[in-house]
Amino acid sequence: MSQKDVLRPGHVCIRVLDLEEALVHYRDRLGLIETERDEGRVYLKAWDEYDWFSIVLREADSAGLDFMGFKVRDKEALDRLTKGLEEFGCDIERIPDNELKHCGERVRFTIPTGHSIELYADKEYYGNSTGTRNPEAFIEDIKGMGAHRFDHCLLYGDDLDGTVKLFREVLGFDLTEQVVDGDFQIGAFLTCSNKAHDVAFIRNPEKGKLHHVSFMLETWDEVLRAGDLMSKHDISLDIGPTRHGITRGKTIYFFDPSGNRNEVFAGGTTWYPDHPVITWDAAQLGKAIFYHDRQLNERFLEVTT
Amino acid sequence: MNNNNHDIFITDTGETYSASPEDTLLKGMERLGRKGIPVGCRGGGCGVCKVRILSGQVRKGRMSRDKLSEEEEAAGCVLACRVWAESDVTLAVIGQMGKAVRRKNVAS
Repeated sequence: MSQKDVLRPGHVCIRVLDLEEALVHYRDRLGLIETERDEGRVYLKAWDEYDWFSIVLREADSAGLDFMGFKVRDKEALDRLTKGLEEFGCDIERIPDNELKHCGERVRFTIPTGHSIELYADKEYYGNSTGTRNPEAFIEDIKGMGAHRFDHCLLYGDDLDGTVKLFREVLGFDLTEQVVDGDFQIGAFLTCSNKAHDVAFIRNPEKGKLHHVSFMLETWDEVLRAGDLMSKHDISLDIGPTRHGITRGKTIYFFDPSGNRNEVFAGGTTWYPDHPVITWDAAQLGKAIFYHDRQLNERFLEVTT
Repeated sequence: MNNNNHDIFITDTGETYSASPEDTLLKGMERLGRKGIPVGCRGGGCGVCKVRILSGQVRKGRMSRDKLSEEEEAAGCVLACRVWAESDVTLAVIGQMGKAVRRKNVAS
């Protein structure tokens, strides 16, 4: 297969305890653009994304992940992937066109780590903030950290082996990096593109947990400026700014007002399908996660929603 | 020292700290560099700062229901990051950091 059927992460729906409080965080601090609302949900996109939305906030009585969606090449790809998922043993739920506004039919299934994942082929075009004809390279009226795009999620769950098998064998993802304890896999970083990861999973006793939703920035300076904004606006900081050994990304982690962890990061390795898998030993996990201080951080490892 | 502050007594450690009415119980502790209550997301989402209020009055914000059940709340439990003291408070620490990353030697 020269081109993969799954194109990229397309959206994530995050449960928040207070919608307006969350909106201030995602719109005014991260710099996302509000593009739609319906009952109990707000839709947003980053300035350099083309489709109508990538983040959906839903008010609920618990924080966490509702679902993560991947955009696929076309309807035929959606059919092929759906057949593969059924053969793998997934229960398929077809969510009709426009249940999420501006989005076509979604195929939803639960993966072995307990997360709801969706595939869809169509989402309405909204356009990015620079246009596509002789565009400027940046925008001036950006809010807050100015996230360029929703990039990936890191998810925690129990059956890591099953989920990795599903993503590699059914959805066509490549394993780029992994953390192992001997021959026992603890973490898996997976890509459907040439990014260092499009989704990642860590083995954890509880199913269906969200570790973080990540947004891309362009430079280390932008990461540091994000850190400045976190202090100015008293945003709950988790750790950073620092750098990862895994993926080599430069990063800062923080929490939204409902306790869902966010990341903004810049840089990272490029993946090609002929590259070898990078492996980190559990004994080196400190360096793998926090390349500079090399100390494991209990909160970073263990706090999820 | 602000006269409106309240004394927060952590029974587990025997420590007392002084919290401003504007700060949550957790933030008041963090602001003084004190320890005793585990610090997680600070947004009522992760549940690691769960405490039981043994005496005193608190005002509550929104807390994730899957981390604080109705029964727990009825029994006086709260998430320290989402409550503000309205009097002196005595509390016991319930929450703790789990061991979320499963290593080989504890795998089932």
